[in-house]
Amino acid sequence: MSSNQLSRTSVSIALTGSGGAGVMTAGGLLLEAAGKSQCYGLQTRSVGPQIRGGESAALLRLADFPVENHSDAFDILLALDWNNFSRFSGEIPLHDDAVVITDPAGGAVPDDIAETARNIIEVPVKQIADEVPGGRVNMVALGLLAGAAGLPQAHLADLIADKLGAKGAQAVEAGTACVQVGYDHSAILEGAFRLSPQVLDDSRQRWLLTGNEAAGLGAIRAGVRFAAAYPITPATEILEWLAPALAKSGGTLVQAEDELASINMIIGASYGGVPALTATSGPGLALMTESIGLATAAEVPIVVIDVMRGGPSTGMPTKSEQSDLNIAVYGLHGDAPHLVAAPISLTDCLFTTQWAVHLAEAMQAPAIVLSDQFLGQARMIVDRPADVAFMANRSRAEPRQTDFARYALTADGVSPMSVPGMTGGQYTADGLEHAITGTPSSRAQDHVAQLNKRQSKIEEFDYGNHWAEIDGEGDFVILTWGSTAAPVREAASRARAQGIHVKTIAVRLLAPLKIEALLRELDGARRVLVIEQNDTGQFYRYLRSQCDLPSDTRAIHHPGPLPVRPGEIHGEIMKEHRL
Amino acid sequence: MTVRNDEAAFGIANEAELLAHAHAIEQDAVERYRMLADQMETHNNMELAKLFAELAGHEEKHAAEILAQAGDIELPVLKSGDFKWSDGDSPEAADLDQAHYKMTPWHALQMALRAEQRAFAFFDHVARTALDARMRAWAEEFREEEAEHVELVERLLEKHPEPPEGWDEDDDAPVWQD
Amino acid sequence: MNIAPSVPPKASDFRSQLKPVWCPGCGDYHVLLSVTKALAELGVEPENVAMISGIGCSSRIPAYLNTYGFHGVHGRALPLGTGLKVARPELTVLVAGGDGDGFSIGGNHFLHACRRNIDITYIVMDNQVYGMTKGQPSPTTAPDWDSALSPGGTGVRPFHPLVIALASGANFVARAFSGDIKGTTETLVEAVRHPGFSFVEVLSPCVTFRPEQREWKSAVHAAPVDPTTDPARAARRIMTDDGFNIGVLYRGTRDAYSLSRSESGDGVAQFEEAFAI
Repeated sequence: MSSNQLSRTSVSIALTGSGGAGVMTAGGLLLEAAGKSQCYGLQTRSVGPQIRGGESAALLRLADFPVENHSDAFDILLALDWNNFSRFSGEIPLHDDAVVITDPAGGAVPDDIAETARNIIEVPVKQIADEVPGGRVNMVALGLLAGAAGLPQAHLADLIADKLGAKGAQAVEAGTACVQVGYDHSAILEGAFRLSPQVLDDSRQRWLLTGNEAAGLGAIRAGVRFAAAYPITPATEILEWLAPALAKSGGTLVQAEDELASINMIIGASYGGVPALTATSGPGLALMTESIGLATAAEVPIVVIDVMRGGPSTGMPTKSEQSDLNIAVYGLHGDAPHLVAAPISLTDCLFTTQWAVHLAEAMQAPAIVLSDQFLGQARMIVDRPADVAFMANRSRAEPRQTDFARYALTADGVSPMSVPGMTGGQYTADGLEHAITGTPSSRAQDHVAQLNKRQSKIEEFDYGNHWAEIDGEGDFVILTWGSTAAPVREAASRARAQGIHVKTIAVRLLAPLKIEALLRELDGARRVLVIEQNDTGQFYRYLRSQCDLPSDTRAIHHPGPLPVRPGEIHGEIMKEHRL
Repeated sequence: MTVRNDEAAFGIANEAELLAHAHAIEQDAVERYRMLADQMETHNNMELAKLFAELAGHEEKHAAEILAQAGDIELPVLKSGDFKWSDGDSPEAADLDQAHYKMTPWHALQMALRAEQRAFAFFDHVARTALDARMRAWAEEFREEEAEHVELVERLLEKHPEPPEGWDEDDDAPVWQD
Repeated sequence: MNIAPSVPPKASDFRSQLKPVWCPGCGDYHVLLSVTKALAELGVEPENVAMISGIGCSSRIPAYLNTYGFHGVHGRALPLGTGLKVARPELTVLVAGGDGDGFSIGGNHFLHACRRNIDITYIVMDNQVYGMTKGQPSPTTAPDWDSALSPGGTGVRPFHPLVIALASGANFVARAFSGDIKGTTETLVEAVRHPGFSFVEVLSPCVTFRPEQREWKSAVHAAPVDPTTDPARAARRIMTDDGFNIGVLYRGTRDAYSLSRSESGDGVAQFEEAFAI
C-alpha cells in the first residue's frame, strides 16, 4: 500500500450491498468526508442491471496525495450482503492482506473469497443498525470505513447533518448515531489503513466532481451556448449538467428525439453562429457519423463528446472501454479530415473539451472528444484545475461584401464564415461538393481544391504542446491515451522510485496525429509499450498505420470492464527492464 | 383552378390601380419567359432558349410602353396579395407546367398564345364592366394591344407547325442524382 | 413615368443567380415563385431568412434563393432548422423538402417538429414519388402505382401528412397547389406569420415520373369550408379529405416552443462554486 515516500498512503475500499441498502450514498459521503479531511480520492461504482434494488459496489481509493486511478487491488471489502457478488467480483481484486468484513446476516462469504482471504472479520452491521431507532446499514458502514481510513469524526457529523437535514432531525440523529457506532467498530482494523494527510493551506482550492461535469464546465467556459441532448449511458450527466448551466448563461439546450436530430440541431445552431455541442456514447456516435460528415463538408464547427463504454453495439453500457477510437477516426465516409481529442485524466475532461471547442471553431470543423465511462462517471477530489484561455473564436466574414465566397481558398485553409443576419454574406451551406461560393460542383478542380482546403486547415494548425502530455525521460517509453494514462503514470512513478527511467507519452490529440512530434519523442527509444483498454489494440494499429514505430514496440491491450491497473504496467516495465 | 369573379372590373378601384396591374402583367410575363429561357438553356434546348428570350424582350418593351403611357399618373405599389387576378396567376404569365425540355417552337407559341388570350380576356372584362370611364378607356386600349399580340403570335404559329408525334422521345433514361 | 418612391422588396430580390436544374414543367418552379413572392410580401430582408432543406429535387431550393440556406443530409432538414431557430430566434426560418425526404427518412423528425411547435414553416413539395432517384414510390404514393422497385405497387396505404401534422400538434396546417401561385403565396405568408410550427403541403407535380399529375390542376379545388381553430373539427374534416382540398385547414392557438433566454448569476463562477470542497 505505501510507497517509500513520506506520507503517501492510499487505501482502497469496496463497499457492496444490494436491495436498496444505500451503498452508493455511503460511498459518496465517504469520499466527501475524505475531501473535508484534507485527503484526496476517487469513487467509482459497479452495478447490476436493475434500476433499483440491484447489487452495487462503491469502489473507492482514498489517499493523502492526489490519485487519479484505482490501485492494483482493494484493502478493505465491506459486504453488507453477498447477493450476486459474482457480477462484479472480478472488479474487486483483493490484496493478500486485505480485510474482508462480512455481516453474518448478509449471507455466506463466497467460496473463492473464503478460501483465499486471510482476514475475514464478522461485524453484525444489520443488527447494529436495527438497534438504533431509524438506523440504516449504510450509515453504519460509512462510520466503520471512515474510521478505518482515520478520517476525523467531526467532518462526518457535519456531512450527515448537511445531507440528511432535509429529512428531519430524527434522520440526522439516527444517521449520526449509526455513523458513531460504525466508527467505534473500526477499531477492529487496528489503524492499519489510516491515512496521514498533510495540512493543506487554504489557498489550495480543491474540487470534487465527475469527468462529465468537468466536460460540461469546459464547454461553458469555451463559449458553448447551444446543446442538443439525447440521453445515453454514460453521457447523460453532461447534458443534465449543461441544461441549467446553459440556461443561466443565456444559452439553450433542446432535448432531441434521437441522435440524428441532436447532431443536426447542433449543426443548425452552429451554422447560425452559436458554438454548439452534444454528448453521446458509441451507439449514438454511430448514428451521428453521416451528419458529422455533413459538418465536415459544409465546414460547420461542432463538438461531439463520446463518453466511451463497452462495445460493440449495445455492449456494456455501464462499463468503461477505450474501443471507439476506430469509429472516431475512421467513421466518416469519404475523405473527411476532422478533429479527435481524448482527455487523459478526469480533470483533463475540462481542458480537452474547452480546447476542442476552440479548435473546432478555429478550423470550422467537427471535433470528437473521446472520454470514457471511467473518466465521465468517477467522482474525484482534485486540485482546482488551472484556468484555460481557449475560447470559441471563429473567423467571421465582414458584412456588405459583394461576391462573397464562403469557401474561398486561403493560406491556412480557413475561410471567413458569414452568419445569417449578415448583409451580403448569403450562401447555401452544402454537403455536396462545391466551388468556392458554395455552389454545388462535381468538377475535378473544385473537389481537389476543397479537399486540400479541408485537409490543410487541420494539418497545418498550430496545436502547440497540447497534442500530448509527456512525463519523465529515458529510452523506455510508454505510449497511451485516455483513462489508461493515469495508471501508466502511477506505474512509471513506481518504477522511477526504483531507479528505472521511464518516459510516458499520453496522446491527447488523436486526429490529426502529430507524427513528427511523436517520432521526435520516440527518437532513441530502446523499447516502446503501447497500452490501452480495448481488444484489438486500436491506438497501436492506428499509430502503425500513420508512421513507423521503433521495431521494439509492443502492444499491450485488453478490453473492458476491468481497468488497466498500475501493477500490470509496472510488471511489464520490470519484465522489459530485466531483459 | 378558377375562382369566378364577376365583380365589376375585378374590384380594381381606379385607373392608377389598373395601370399598376397592366404594368405588373407585362413584368410577370417578362419574368416568366426569362425563367423559361433559363430552363431551356440549362436543358440544352438552345432554339427555345433563344425564342423565350425574344418573347421576354417583347414583353419588356410592352412594360416600358405602359409606363410611358401612364405619364404622370402615380402608380400604387401593390403587394402580391393585392393583385386582383381572376384566377391564381398573372394573366399573361406563361404556364410553366406546360414546359418540356424537348419542347418545340410550336409549343412555346401555343403557350404565348394562351398567355395573350388570357391577358385579352382580363382587359376585356375590365373594359366591359368598369364603372369609371377613364378605367374603361385604358382597358379598351390595352385590350386592343393584346388583340394585336394575339394576332402576332397566330402569324408566328403559321411558320411553326405542330410537330409530329414523338417530338418528346428521348432514348436516354432519366439519370440518378442524389 | 412615375413609380411610388419607397419600393418594397420585389420577389425577384429573393432569387439567386443560380439557374434551377428542375425539369421544365416541374411544379417546384411555381413553388419557388410563390416562396419569393411570399418573402417579398412579408417584407423581410434576404439576409434575415434561412431556407433549410434535405435531399431530393425540391431540396435544391435553398441555392435558388438569395437568402441564407443549408442543403443538409436526407431527412434531417427539420432538426437543422430547429437548431438554427432556437439559437437565432430573430431569423425567419423556412424548411423545405419533398415527400420522401420529409415523410420517409424524415418521418420521425416531422412528428417531433410538429410536437415541439417551434416557430418555423415547413413546406413539403409533394409529388408522391422519389424523383431524384428515378421514380420510386414515396410514403404518399397510392398503393397500386407500378414502379421498378415495387412492381404492381407497394400495396401499402399512403401516409396522410395533414392528419399526422394535426395529430402531432402542428399549429398551422394547410395544403396548396403549386399551379395556384396566388393562393400558395397567400398561404405561405400566413404560415410564416402564424406562430408555432406551420406545415404547408404543396402538391407539386413531377412531369418526368408522374406525367399524369398534369391532371392535378383540374382535380384541385378550394376547400369547401373555412379554416378552423378547433383541432377536433379540423380532425373530422381531414378524415373526409379527398387529397385535393386547397386552403388552410387549421390555425391553432398552442403556445410556440419558448425561445426566450436570459442570463443569471455570476457567469462561470457560480458553476465552479458547486464543485468546491
